[in-house]
Amino acid sequence: MREFEYVRAGAVAEAVRLVAADRDARFLGGGTNLVDLMRLGVERPGLLVDVSGLPLDQVTETPDGGVYIGAMVRNSDVAAHPLIRERYPALAQAILDGASGQLRNMATTGGNLLQRTRCVYFTDPTKPCNKRQPGSGCSAIEGDHRNLAILGASPHCVATHPSDMAVALAALDARVDVTEPRGGMRTIPLGDLYRPLGDRPDQELTVPEGTLVTGVALPPSPLAARSRYRKVRERASYAFAIGSVAAALDTADGTVRDVRIALGAVASRPWRAHTAERILIGGPATEAAYRSAIDAELAHAQPLRDNAYKVPLVRTIVVRMLEELAG
Amino acid sequence: MTSQRIGVSTVRLVVNDEPHELEVDNRMSLLDLLRERLGATGTKKGCDHGQCGACTVLLGGRRVNSCLILAVAASGASVTTIEGVGDGTELHPLQRAFLEHDGYQCGYCTPGQICSAIAMIEEAAAGWPSAVSADVGAAKVSLDGEEIRERMSGNLCRCGAYVNIVAAIADVAGGRA
Repeated sequence: MREFEYVRAGAVAEAVRLVAADRDARFLGGGTNLVDLMRLGVERPGLLVDVSGLPLDQVTETPDGGVYIGAMVRNSDVAAHPLIRERYPALAQAILDGASGQLRNMATTGGNLLQRTRCVYFTDPTKPCNKRQPGSGCSAIEGDHRNLAILGASPHCVATHPSDMAVALAALDARVDVTEPRGGMRTIPLGDLYRPLGDRPDQELTVPEGTLVTGVALPPSPLAARSRYRKVRERASYAFAIGSVAAALDTADGTVRDVRIALGAVASRPWRAHTAERILIGGPATEAAYRSAIDAELAHAQPLRDNAYKVPLVRTIVVRMLEELAG
Repeated sequence: MTSQRIGVSTVRLVVNDEPHELEVDNRMSLLDLLRERLGATGTKKGCDHGQCGACTVLLGGRRVNSCLILAVAASGASVTTIEGVGDGTELHPLQRAFLEHDGYQCGYCTPGQICSAIAMIEEAAAGWPSAVSADVGAAKVSLDGEEIRERMSGNLCRCGAYVNIVAAIADVAGGRA
């Protein structure tokens, strides 16, 4: 591991200024991903600005009836919070489905959103990887891609975003507060935080490098109180998803009044199923309708040699989830 | 925690109720500090990537993987390791239960298992749900075998002593495995 300096930031402005002034600087949150990547030689920062102690560590009710989660709130505290469990159960379930009790105690809300892909070539500096080293090539397209993207991939990268939490947040219309390197503050819909893969998969976010996530806002939603998360993985616990869905559904008189669907482990970002949602709203709340809606969403899937199983997997968990929510 | 030279900081930690102040390389993990600098070798290094749980300690009372925490980032905190879970003369009830139920074979994962279980029982007592809780909103948690297995999934045992580990934890948690 390369030697680095360590500074504990006392305020958001100070943290952002320190990172903006040093190309080799990184924000340090819980460290569950960054410290590991440093040990693997994937990340080689010269300065760590520790933001985990910033006063962004509260879950609070907003005046409009929504909930605000500070970026430094640990994953376990979000999942255990009564407001989250009552109003946004899919978010609590998604977090509890991820990692282990120890890691959830460490990982922060902001860090979870910004964690890197677990593609085995990204985490191995001896292998070509366009995300780690632009222009070096993608080892996964012809290699081990069983758990990589079927949607939104590019000829340059087929990585998936590993977060469960972000999938639930995408379905729940979360908005992300950020402070940019020059100090400007913005609020971005979660879906707009991640850049499509394209030809520069190393550029993952739509915000400039050195931008700090300061919090996540969940809007009030009667739909969300009955939201759910379903994750499929290769062992019963403590594994990344091979497919997941966060959804919420409102039906009346056999008709879909409103619906939210987001998919995980299928793309380089949490995949909001806008196509399926548009088809479903106003239509019949039947299994056949759910099936044709998710089929329309998956019509653009471009599976690779070894990950075509994800198409029927996602179809099945989405249809079952919508049936459960309607029942 | 202050940085005097590039890459070196003074770290202050309370470990098992004893205060320490030492200069450490910023790259040093809390795990390596405990083992290499304080001689507290009860905490084990398994994978060093946060995947096995052998390095589990309590940081401010919460279970964490000490391999993924930089010692410098832990400065100011209080740490409890396996050496500190008993009261000095008596074993912790979980230590006794692991003995009674033969909850290990080689014993390498045991310190992490016990530290993890101590915190896990407190998390359940505080009403924290888990991935297998039928109702994520339920106020009370009953630590049955399924709940214990899920909540302890961050601690691997390569000998496969899981059956007895779960029995030992259930004994202390008051549940039935």
